[in-house]
Amino acid sequence: MSASSSTRQTLLRRRRGRVNWVAPLLVLLIAIAIAYLVSYLVLEPSRQFLLPPPHQVIAVFFDPATLSDIAVGLSRTALVAALGLAAAIIIGMAWAIAMSQARWVEDSLFPYAVILQCIPILALVPLIGFWFGYDLPARIVVCVMISLFPIVSNTLFGLRSTDPGQRDLFLLEKSSRWGRLWRLELPAAMPAVFAGLRIAAGLTIVGAIVGDFFFSRGTPGLGSLISTYQSRLQSPQLFAAIIAASLFGVLVFFAFGWLGRRVVGHWYDF
Amino acid sequence: MSAPQHLPVGREAGYPDPDPGRSLTERPRHPVLSFERAGLTFPTGTTALKDIDFDVLPGEFVTVVGPSGCGKSTLLRVASGLQTITDGDVRVATEKIGYVFQDATLLPWRSVRRNVELLAEIAGVPAAERAQRAADAIDLVGLTGFEQHYPRALSGGMRMRVSLARSLVRDPQLFLFDEPFGALDEITRERLNDELSSIFSLRRFTGLFITHSVAEAVYLGTRVIVMSGRPGTIRADIRIPESHPRDPDFRFSKEFAEVTSQVAHHLREGHSA
Repeated sequence: MSASSSTRQTLLRRRRGRVNWVAPLLVLLIAIAIAYLVSYLVLEPSRQFLLPPPHQVIAVFFDPATLSDIAVGLSRTALVAALGLAAAIIIGMAWAIAMSQARWVEDSLFPYAVILQCIPILALVPLIGFWFGYDLPARIVVCVMISLFPIVSNTLFGLRSTDPGQRDLFLLEKSSRWGRLWRLELPAAMPAVFAGLRIAAGLTIVGAIVGDFFFSRGTPGLGSLISTYQSRLQSPQLFAAIIAASLFGVLVFFAFGWLGRRVVGHWYDF
Repeated sequence: MSAPQHLPVGREAGYPDPDPGRSLTERPRHPVLSFERAGLTFPTGTTALKDIDFDVLPGEFVTVVGPSGCGKSTLLRVASGLQTITDGDVRVATEKIGYVFQDATLLPWRSVRRNVELLAEIAGVPAAERAQRAADAIDLVGLTGFEQHYPRALSGGMRMRVSLARSLVRDPQLFLFDEPFGALDEITRERLNDELSSIFSLRRFTGLFITHSVAEAVYLGTRVIVMSGRPGTIRADIRIPESHPRDPDFRFSKEFAEVTSQVAHHLREGHSA
């Protein structure tokens, strides 16, 4: 690590320490005011369901029946997302490690990682239902497919981020390939892996909710709830479910940020 | 240039010494490292080294000085086995080789102690012995108290000390240095030169030290080899009778000035050739 890069990192850290809460809060208040404005002044009362006044949405969170529906839906979505992410981590890291160990493996497998990233997963979802049933396994497959690429590409990038001097050092000491992977390449890859995980975790929630829209059997999660509310025009409930899904996404993003700092924070500003 | 000393070298030849209790002068003076008309031409046609011919004897600290791009780092890579030559022969009589790179090449996720233990860990040295050797090496480079620090909290000079300690743990018989202090400020560099000189006189390894600084080469070397580039060849081989550990005042002596001007003269000659 050069001196200039560590200076830059110190500056970044100092900047991060002074998070300004006032400005974003102000934006939120303005957004709420606009919502009220549109709800009461722009929309006719019969069309107010398109954008319910914010206090009606907030009220949903104090309605025990709806709240428990949302909580159950959220917990099922979280379970599907967690299983999907776990599978994606195992598959993605194994894929990247295999590619890092031999050029021919990378040459033959990397194009497919790119293709996986390029195909619109939504186009594949009906096929996934067709193949894996419309139950939990299919939901998990959607999550894996949507979150695999950032894990594969970030892990591979991380494994390759060692410098020639460090590799020479292991070469001179006649380290085995596994020793080098374990002591050099994997630890060096961790910052990139965690950056990838943070992205993948967000995507896997998208996958879990999207799966619900297509697969009706098994454990309907937040996605099923959202389509139910939408078809019944229960718009405050719909907004509440969307907000719950968003908050969950934000929570997961920060959780992985925290985890990343726990693991690599002592040597890398994550 | 010293005449090729002959050989056989290696364990058969009695080095490493079966009786380390004897003083160095009594040991059979078989070279630890010997280049015999060694040359290296890359597949691209560039000749990096040509007719390199010299021996490094046990207990010598040979410094190699030359302009950048003259192949002196390549010479070190050849000695370590990281690079194979295309002509002639290179013989290394020991497996215990230490290598200090231009950069400290520390693993930033490991503390100082764990960085110093790294090579012993790769070699499979048991944990208790590893910890003891690491503590000794950290003490030798003057970093006691910094064991739990991470590299990013250390200055450039301290990182180089960690790098030095990391190699010392393996107790090398042949110690190769690739411009290790080149990126440091002059004050830090001179201090590290003094410390390296005292570590050298304590541990009595055989050294091959690459540098682009004439003063550093003359101060540290028991012998200075002057190289010129394109292709890399040896211009001069000068002995320095001064003993280790060096007296810092050696830098201001008449002998130092004489050798320095001699080396500078050879460098200029090589440059105009």
